Amino acid sequence: MSAGALHIVKPGLLTTVQDLGRYGHQASGVPVAGPMDTFSHRLANQLAGNAIDAATLEITLIGPELIVEADTTMAIAGGQFEATCDDRPLPLGASFTVTRGQRIKFGRVLQGARAYLAIAGGVQIPPVLGSRATHLVSRMGGFNGRALIAGDRIPIASDSRPRQPRKSVGLMLPTKGRALLRVIPGPQADWFQADSLRALASVSFRISPQSNRMGYRLQGPPLVRAREDELISEPLGIGAIQVPAAGEPILLMADRQTAGGYPKIGYVISADLPVAGQLAPGDFIEFHVCTHQEAVAALISRERQLLRCADLLAPSAVEGKDVS
Amino acid sequence: MLLVELEPAIDPVINERAILLGSRIRARQPRGVRDVAPGYSTLGVHFDPLHTDLAALEQIIESEFAALSSLESIADRTPIEIPVSYGGPDLDAVAAHAGCSTADVIKRHSERTYRVYMLGFVAGFAYMGRVDPSIAMPRHRVPRERVPAGSVGIAGLQTGVYPVDSPGGWQLIGHTPAVMFDANRDRPSLLAAGDLVRFVPAGKS
Repeated sequence: MSAGALHIVKPGLLTTVQDLGRYGHQASGVPVAGPMDTFSHRLANQLAGNAIDAATLEITLIGPELIVEADTTMAIAGGQFEATCDDRPLPLGASFTVTRGQRIKFGRVLQGARAYLAIAGGVQIPPVLGSRATHLVSRMGGFNGRALIAGDRIPIASDSRPRQPRKSVGLMLPTKGRALLRVIPGPQADWFQADSLRALASVSFRISPQSNRMGYRLQGPPLVRAREDELISEPLGIGAIQVPAAGEPILLMADRQTAGGYPKIGYVISADLPVAGQLAPGDFIEFHVCTHQEAVAALISRERQLLRCADLLAPSAVEGKDVS
Repeated sequence: MLLVELEPAIDPVINERAILLGSRIRARQPRGVRDVAPGYSTLGVHFDPLHTDLAALEQIIESEFAALSSLESIADRTPIEIPVSYGGPDLDAVAAHAGCSTADVIKRHSERTYRVYMLGFVAGFAYMGRVDPSIAMPRHRVPRERVPAGSVGIAGLQTGVYPVDSPGGWQLIGHTPAVMFDANRDRPSLLAAGDLVRFVPAGKS
């Protein structure tokens, strides 16, 4: 292996380096960050022959244009973007080889919001506190702690050794602009009027334009609190639905803070977080309340789906199957 | 995430129990647990649901907590000193709020020893208490868009230092050159939950 780079010609709307996140330092207030859609990140890595925690590029709504300054194997998984290599369409959900000097261009996104570009060997930047994930607000990790800009050269390994081509058998994406997310009751579910959890589950919420990797602000009927006292700040996790005094909930996503003082009516279950990660401002969310047991069963079935997706099928085995 | 809730109060002994519970759980290294973070009176146990036996984890938490229930006092520890140049943009407002001179605000803020209850907001931001009630001015209703790193602030009975430039609503009464967080240090965060802190006015020792 020798050194290579991705030369960013156009950065796209928001392209960041992500791995599975910076765990182990939340007691010091260090946010986790990581992919918005962990499943697609993992799938892209598996297709490119990487460990699932290798660093990928997370691409958002409008993808980048870049020149690959290395011979390597890559894979794209997640949202359905138009993508080309030297103007030839690239497959999604399958590995492909690239030779030095080729130009990869992402076009529009047709379904979903985020895709992951995995490069054999992963993005070669030094980890910060054990992780290469970019946390935008605190400018920690990733490539200089920020989203990529034109002119950046992102170090990658050059690896022209032949790898077995890999294809996935299907991707998990929300249907256009709308997702059903299952929730379990949060630690302060009883801080709201008795039917609030049902109210949460009976209407559609719209993701406001003031949404980002930290969280989605949700527009809908306000959730009315039954008690007005201040919550003492406490640790929180991804998927928390916190409700500020005005009553419009915020769904906390990858770049969330480690703690907060707003009551949390519920938590989106782990199995549905990757679906949430494929949503964009203007999209709609419906919530459905479930039990902890149902949440675990859903996660196991999602993991089986991922195993099947990344079944690392030899090309002959997927003939005739839809690989996009 | 599993949230362990102790008695909901801002109290040094309850907070000490939450912190000790966290370090004991961390020491047991239960399978699937990725991170453990204390709050004022809570403990967040972050786990990977696919690799965690939740019943076993709950049992570990309960047995470790039972062993801590007799904790009634906190062992002495040496305060960490943070040098402060008092005189931030809100020092006069805090003095007006308290009906005293700015010198009195400085004296009241710097003569107490504070406990770090938890860290959050951004990496290295320590929530400390309790501030002398006479100078416990509430935070700004509209937060500033940018508070410089090193700013020392008050928000009600809490005090703290901004580790990086960030938005913030606390009343700013001084500035410290201390580096609150540096990912490249052996111990990235200057402060940890449970630490004691004294603010030392610049020019004094």
